[in-house]
This record gives sequence, structure tokens and C-alpha cells, in this order.
Amino acid sequence: MQLTGAEIVIRCLQEEGVEHVFGYPGGAVLFIYDELFKQSKVKHILVRHEQGAVHAADGYARSTDKVGVALVTSGPGLTNAVTGIATAYMDSVPVVIISGQVPTHAIGQDAFQECDTVGITRPCVKHNFLVKDVRDIAPTIKKAFYIAGTGRPGPVVVDIPKDITAEKTEFSYPDKVVMRSYNPVVKGHAGQIKKAMQMLMSAKRPMIYAGGGVILGDASAELTKLVKLLGFPCTNTLMGLGGYPATDAQFVGMLGMHGTYEANMAMQHCDVLIAIGARFDDRVIGNPDHFFEQPRKIIHVDIDPSSISKRVRVDIPVVGNVRDVLQEMIRQLQAAKDKPDQAALKAWWEQIKAWRGRDCLKYDRASKIIKPQFVIEKLYEITKGEAFVTSDVGQHQMWAAQFYKFDKPRRWINSGGLGTMGVGLPYAMGVQLAHPKSTVACVTGEASIQMCIQELSTCKQYRLPIKIVNLNNRYMGMVRQWQQFFHGNRYAESYMDALPDFVKLAEAYGHVGIQVEKPADVEPALKEAFARKKDLVFLNFITDQTENVFPMVPGGKGLSEMILV
Amino acid sequence: MRHIISVLLENEAGALSRVSGLFSARGYNIESLTVAPTEDATLSRMTIVTSGSDEVIEQITKQLNKLIDVVKVVDLSDGDHIERELMLVKVRAIGKDREEMKRMADIFRGRIIDVTERDYTIELTGTGSKLDAFLDAIDRTAIMETVRTGASGIGRGDRVLKA
Repeated sequence: MQLTGAEIVIRCLQEEGVEHVFGYPGGAVLFIYDELFKQSKVKHILVRHEQGAVHAADGYARSTDKVGVALVTSGPGLTNAVTGIATAYMDSVPVVIISGQVPTHAIGQDAFQECDTVGITRPCVKHNFLVKDVRDIAPTIKKAFYIAGTGRPGPVVVDIPKDITAEKTEFSYPDKVVMRSYNPVVKGHAGQIKKAMQMLMSAKRPMIYAGGGVILGDASAELTKLVKLLGFPCTNTLMGLGGYPATDAQFVGMLGMHGTYEANMAMQHCDVLIAIGARFDDRVIGNPDHFFEQPRKIIHVDIDPSSISKRVRVDIPVVGNVRDVLQEMIRQLQAAKDKPDQAALKAWWEQIKAWRGRDCLKYDRASKIIKPQFVIEKLYEITKGEAFVTSDVGQHQMWAAQFYKFDKPRRWINSGGLGTMGVGLPYAMGVQLAHPKSTVACVTGEASIQMCIQELSTCKQYRLPIKIVNLNNRYMGMVRQWQQFFHGNRYAESYMDALPDFVKLAEAYGHVGIQVEKPADVEPALKEAFARKKDLVFLNFITDQTENVFPMVPGGKGLSEMILV
Repeated sequence: MRHIISVLLENEAGALSRVSGLFSARGYNIESLTVAPTEDATLSRMTIVTSGSDEVIEQITKQLNKLIDVVKVVDLSDGDHIERELMLVKVRAIGKDREEMKRMADIFRGRIIDVTERDYTIELTGTGSKLDAFLDAIDRTAIMETVRTGASGIGRGDRVLKA
């Protein structure tokens, strides 16, 4: 039977098992929306801005092991989506974005709502396609899902001109994809893994540094097992939180610019470092020259060969799927006669305990003004550490990362690579839709939340009972902190004047708003909010205006050159 | 150091811009870039002349391999290879210079492929340095126009780049 291109698009999504599509209609995708309307398998979530659509699909993907899907129209629909696409790209999240395009005969004519989608998105996608023949729709969408979800994941854009969605052809969905130019590696090289294990066994001061690859590769059980077997200290990057249980004694906290003293000192002073699904980025190791002042051997496990030896030279590269590599490591470790040097390890742990004693995350608990750290601690207690927590970008993000102890993967959803303000609320929508029975909290600030505030309307439409924890310090806190430290206290444009009344704003959208101004009210307010299982509650915490995030490795400095409180 | 990299990639619209976009986005040098379909019309072959430290060249080959349209990447400079570039030069050829220009073209094994009363167009093939040498050898003021293809390269003997 002959189907139209639009019918084929929807059939492909059904074949891929897609349950939710986040999108916004427009001229170029009208045929596709018409087909969405005629069926009920694929549920469409109408956002209020295309940026929100891609962020929501991205959050959906991060909190599951599925590919997120967004649907946008041509021109401004697509350009609005670009921030979302770039955000997913930087954090390697599998998202398929289907965009409408002007009819093929109008391409290049500066037609209404035309833009060069393939050109605009090229630098921020894993791959993109312009479909020029209705017969190519099904194979292209198949490829798009395959490319997005395999290897190092990433966003894939499929741009479909309007006339192609109206033309007809026979539909058959390909069973599998064969591409001579794309064959992602899976298994790590056994010889390299053996060498890596030997190096780990020889370590006196070992360190395990695990990143977002562990989450994306669903390898946290394997990581936990390996760390336990070895008895080594383990740190997670911002993207890796939850990859290793944060409440475990072998966890030394997050590392990097706002990492713990013990994690950063252990990174700097270890003699053998194994990086697992992490990429030594500038926010993690600070100044690479300073990092190399201390000699150490480095093992690097990553699925992407281009991540290896990009910023630091490594001694033993292992290219492969993190989970497969870790399984092989565990197998070799259990079969090996050698055990790590226990005496050296004991001394190393003594050192780490001494660093821990610095209590680098301490803050004024007797404060009469609400401390943001205190809010996160209470959030952790009240949700029993089991909530999905999304965040925006800035100080609140760092406090959430430091004070909410994630024991499970895919519970901490934030924009690490691109650092996109505004992701928190749409992320929470995607997460809540993927996990309708779970508790979802969005930790944000009064600056970030306003960047996608319109999505409160989407939350109302779909009855998403997200709990928004707004740490309102009336400043773009992280900008202000840098201005205080590095720009002579000149707070250029970092002050949030003319803020809305967030309680009334939440109410205007049909939600519940709660204002919290005293430390004593923090816990009752959180309890009340989380007891409202069916409501979105916007908690507006009036927090200390000048609180800073510590520790801090200033830009260009080394890991052990932290500013401490 | 100068490297000459051969890339076999899907002959699809936009494949070239993926490669050139990668180089500009990551700040890599491109000295020259040539591309054309191969005997298999579904594949294009590209030759890129670039320069950089060993670390940069390693990243360039890894990043090229990461592009979904790229089938294979070889750094020809890793082993024996041959490279050739084609140049067309239009030179003024009047009076006694006319004979001199013909002689120089012969010495460099160039061919005169177009002749008018006032000028010659000379076709010259060789390595980039040979083409440079020709331009240095003739009277600079006689040069009206030049166009060069950029280098194409191929491995010697058993070094074969195929899909």
C-alpha cells in the first residue's frame, strides 16, 4: 500500500517504539501533524518554544536509555531548536530531531520560513540529513535512530521538505542498518585491557575518574563492582554523578572546578589514573601543564578515539564501550593472582582521609538567611535521595551537584558541556513524562528559570507535577562570583532587577507557588511541596545573595590550587 | 610538519562541507583540498594538505574518521607516496619572449595548450615545489594568471586506499 511521506514519518516513529514526541507545529510540518492527529500510539507533547522541545527530548533520553524525539517546523522552528541540539551534542545525548523544510522547489529561493537546516546544524550534530525523495524517508529515519543511539551517542537531524511529506510511496521499515562508513567499536582491545590491569595493580596511589560515559553506557553497576574489587578511591565528573554511589565510602566526591578538595588533591597526586568515559576537559583538570607537574601514568577508556590524547597524553588507551571494557576488566581481575599493594593503598587512604578532614563543603549552618546549600541538603533528605534532579546552569547547579548525593545513574540531569541556562524546566518535563510516577525536582535560579519559563504552560497542559526549587539570590550568582573574585567586585549586569513575583507567576500558569524566606521554613515548605503529588509547585527560596561556591579552581589554575572556604 | 591526508567518503551532497567545516571549527590548517568522485561513483576521494604537530595530526585523522560520511582516512605522509598537482599558467608571449616561454615550458615538461597572438596557456604537472620552481624560473612580469588544483596523492606499491 502506498503511504504519504507524512504517514511514513509517523509509522517510522511507531516502529522505533517512540512514545513521546516533543514539538511545535508550523507550515512545513502540517502534513506530519495531520498524521500525528490520526493515530494514538505516538503521543505529542506541545511545548511553548522549540528550544524546550529539544531540551525535553534530551532530558527524556538522559533519564532513560531511549532516544529522545523532537519535531519542529522549518526556519525559526529549527533555529529555535539549535540551542537544544548543541546542548545534547556537547553531552553526547541521543536525540532525533525531525524538522520541516520548505518544498524542494523552493529550497534556495529565500522562501518564507526557509533556512539552511543542514548547514546551520552541521557543527552541533552527530549527523544530519536532508531527505529529497519520499522513498528515502524510512531508511533515513532508521539510520538517524541508529546513529543517534550507537557508539558515542549524539543528536541527529532529519530535515524533510514539505512536498516530500505529501508524496506517496510503498512503506517498509528496514530491519537493520548497514553503513560502510559507520561501524562504532564495541569491545575494547583485550591486550590493552590486560596492560591497563597490570598498571592498576602496580599503583601505589591509584585514582578512578569516571565520567558521563559510564551513565550513557549503562555501566554504573560494572564501575561499582570494579571499584569495590580494587578498593581504590573513585571520583565522578559533573556528568558522571550517580555512576558510582555517592554515599559509598570509596567515593571522594565530584572533581574539577567546583570539585571536593579530596577529589582534586587525589587527582593531582595519584600515580596511576584511570579515566573511564571522561574527557579531561578544562573544567575537570584545570590547567593541563600544572596537571602534568606531577608525574603519573594514565589509562583512558573511551568509546570515542578522538577523546583520547586530545587534551592530555595517555599511556594506555582503551577504545571501546565502557561497559564491555569494565566487564573484561572485572573478569581479568577475578582471574588474576596479583592483588593491589595493600600497604600502599592503606597509606593512600590515610592521606585521602586527611584531605577529607578539610571539610571543604562546610558552610554557615547558623545563618539567619537561607543558605542555598542548606536547601539542597533538605531536598536530599526529604526526597530520600531518590528524586530525579534536573538543574539549570550556575551556582545552584554546582550546589546541587555537591550536596545531593546521587546513588543511581540517570537521576542527575544537567547541561555540563554547553552549560545552557534554561534547560532545567524542560529537562524536568522530559524526565517526568518518562517517569510519571517518580519525584522530579528542578533546581534552578531566578536567572536560569526565566530562560524557558514559558514551559510552565506545557507543565499545566500535561499535568506534570514537577517541584521547582528556585534558589533566588537576585543575582546571576556564578557571574557575580567571578566578578567578585576576578573583576574587582564590579557586578556588571549580573544583578537581576525587576524580578517577577514567582509565586504569582506560578499561580498565573495554574500552579502552586510557595515563598520561603527563613531557614526554619525550608523543611516545612519542601515537605508541603512534595506532599502535593499532583501539583507543580514553584518554591521560591530567598537565599543569601553573596554566597559563593567552594572549593573553586580559578580558570587557568591547577587542580591543587583551589580557593577554599 | 606538512602532512598529506587522503580521505575516502560517501559521494553525497554536503560531504565536502562536513570536512571543511570540521577544519575551520577546530582551527586546523588547510593548505589545499581537492575532491572528485572515484571510479565507484558512490565514493569521493579527497586529498588534504595540512600542517600541525603530531598531536594535531592525530586529532585531525581521528576527527575525520568520526564524520559519519567518511569511509577511510590515510595519512599518506606516513609512508612512500606520490603527489601531483596540476597548474595552468597564462603568460604573455610576444616578441623574443615567445620562444623563451616555449623553451621553459619544455624544460619543465609543460605543455602549451592554448595559443593566441599575445599569450600562451601552459599546463604543468608535478609536485607543488616543481610548480613553484617553474614560476620562479620564468619572467614574473609575464605571468597573467595562474590556477592550481592543489595536491592529489596516492600511496606507492601495495599501499592502496579502497572502501
